[in-house]
Amino acid sequence: MVAKADSTPSEQVHPLDHLIRTDRIPHIWCTGCGIGTVFSSCLKAMISSGIDLEKTCMVSGIGCTGRGAGYLNLDSFHTTHGRAIPFATGLKLGNPNLNVIVFSGDGDLFAIGGNHFIHGARRNIDMTVICVNNLIYGMTGGQVAATTPVNAKTTTTQSGNPDAPFNLPLMAWASGATYVARWTMLHIRELTACIEKALTRSGFSFIEVLAPCPTNYGRRNREKSLETLRLYRDKTIIKNNADPSELDVDFQKGVILGEFVDRERPTCIENYDRTCRAF
Amino acid sequence: MRPAVLTGEHYITGDEACAEGAMAAGCMFFGGYPITPATEVAEHMSVRLPEVGGTFIQMEDEIAAMASIIGASWAGQKSMTSTSGPGFSLMMENIGLAVCTETPCVVVNVQRAGPSTGLPTMGAQGDMMQARWGSHGHYEIIALSPSSGQEIFNQTITAFNLSEKYRVPVLLMTDEVIGHMSEKVVIPNASEIRTISRPKPKGRKDRFKLYQPAENGVAPMPSAGDGYKIHVTGLTHDERGYPVMTVEAQAEMTDRIVRKIRDNRHDIIMTDSYNLEDAEIILVSYGISARTSLAAMHMARSSGMKVGFLKLNTIWPFAEEKIAELAQRARAFITVEINYGQIHLEVMRSATGRADCHLVGHAGGTVITPEQVMAKIKEIY
Repeated sequence: MVAKADSTPSEQVHPLDHLIRTDRIPHIWCTGCGIGTVFSSCLKAMISSGIDLEKTCMVSGIGCTGRGAGYLNLDSFHTTHGRAIPFATGLKLGNPNLNVIVFSGDGDLFAIGGNHFIHGARRNIDMTVICVNNLIYGMTGGQVAATTPVNAKTTTTQSGNPDAPFNLPLMAWASGATYVARWTMLHIRELTACIEKALTRSGFSFIEVLAPCPTNYGRRNREKSLETLRLYRDKTIIKNNADPSELDVDFQKGVILGEFVDRERPTCIENYDRTCRAF
Repeated sequence: MRPAVLTGEHYITGDEACAEGAMAAGCMFFGGYPITPATEVAEHMSVRLPEVGGTFIQMEDEIAAMASIIGASWAGQKSMTSTSGPGFSLMMENIGLAVCTETPCVVVNVQRAGPSTGLPTMGAQGDMMQARWGSHGHYEIIALSPSSGQEIFNQTITAFNLSEKYRVPVLLMTDEVIGHMSEKVVIPNASEIRTISRPKPKGRKDRFKLYQPAENGVAPMPSAGDGYKIHVTGLTHDERGYPVMTVEAQAEMTDRIVRKIRDNRHDIIMTDSYNLEDAEIILVSYGISARTSLAAMHMARSSGMKVGFLKLNTIWPFAEEKIAELAQRARAFITVEINYGQIHLEVMRSATGRADCHLVGHAGGTVITPEQVMAKIKEIY
């Protein structure tokens, strides 16, 4: 599948092309957006993990990241706003042989879908949840999110955001997720390795990926795309097993990245078999 | 461990009969949330499903419950939830997702009096129009309405069968009175119960189109993991399932989800007729109020009045052709329902001015008595 060095552009095939619905390209993501990078990292991890791709499904909610499922050339579900996790719960419990990946954004998973996230983690449903956190509602044009930093300007907080954002890994840890990691889209090798690990382990795995939204966040907060990437390079600290309470996203003091939680706990299905199906 | 079909005579509540109907129909997944007066359906399913290898999960709310049964349906399972008014409201968005993605599933609404929290422990029939139009956009849906424990059992099976056949959510609109009432329910032998499963696609997987309709207007449906690389979206989509943001795609998709129900309405619409041949006044009713109406009809007949009764088993799509035909020869309709006139307005619309249309209804909390219906019959006879 890899292109030959002397091939013409029309003959060149990207090594991930077979996992992409190429007839749906061009995608909707803006120039400078980080979602595509995270998406391709996810595809690479899906291949390198060796999981059975015919038994692998991606579920998305609504939003820019929520469009991910629509580009994946596997069984894929683009559901309602915030409801990817309960949909994926039915899918996984309906057929436990499926590998289920939820690929969605911060607004979808943590504002409208926040309740479903904590319960999915509590039950330890065997799925991998990848949240692209761009700190804002991109699809609708830049409104404040549950992850937007204090004082940041958005179309609905034009004088600055009065509210504090969620610390997502802390919430995942407190809710019972058995694997929690955070990277930025600049840390692509580490991210791919963590997604691969999440795909091959059992239980509720959560990976937060910080990614720029230059169109809607950067533009209003005087932060150009490259500047955001510099922050990702210069103002991040890799600290595996960090205390989840220190994982708030504050680039002034530095944002901690790494693998924070990796613990064993029976999954929802294992517990159900043990308690309800044991006759 | 008991089998899926509990053949024999039982003395059980309507809610339990509903759960046993689901078991007999082949339901293997229930995602629920407690709510009076539907809780017993979920409780019973939580005991019964594991006995046959199925899965029960109590979700965090009704939004999640509805989402989970759609997911389970795409995993290949016959799936179901049950609720009452407030939960039914929360399920509406994802009922729309099931309509748009043509996902078979069954939603039971054991109706209580509303609006809002209303009278949680007391019956009503106030959600009939919500069943028709509760989710946004224009669509067709199937809703059934049983009037006894036995009918709840039977119609739950029918609900699954119609849902699988037409790839549409089917709403079973029961009410608190029959849901909580204990009655005799006869469950036949498994071999006598007809169950239908969704048609599966055949032919080459690389040429498969997720929404390419078969002859009856309904497309075959693969499950996740079958190797068809399906894409399922609530966005307006083409026959491949791909989002297409055009006026033409919107018309084509909406046309398909509307026509598969309308064109098959004669297979879907079920009514029972009592003394309609010579009836001057026809009672129209459903659910618990159908039993009131039947009693009122017998009272009227014993007084020498030519009163008939049309019992609606299918509410949506509405039996408008039947009403229109009856309007040619009857003088008046009296719709009997526990609300201020929802199906009454449908009867009026279908009669197109050819017969007078009256309502016997109230705001809910108790049943309508045969005497109240009788009073209206005497008033207009």
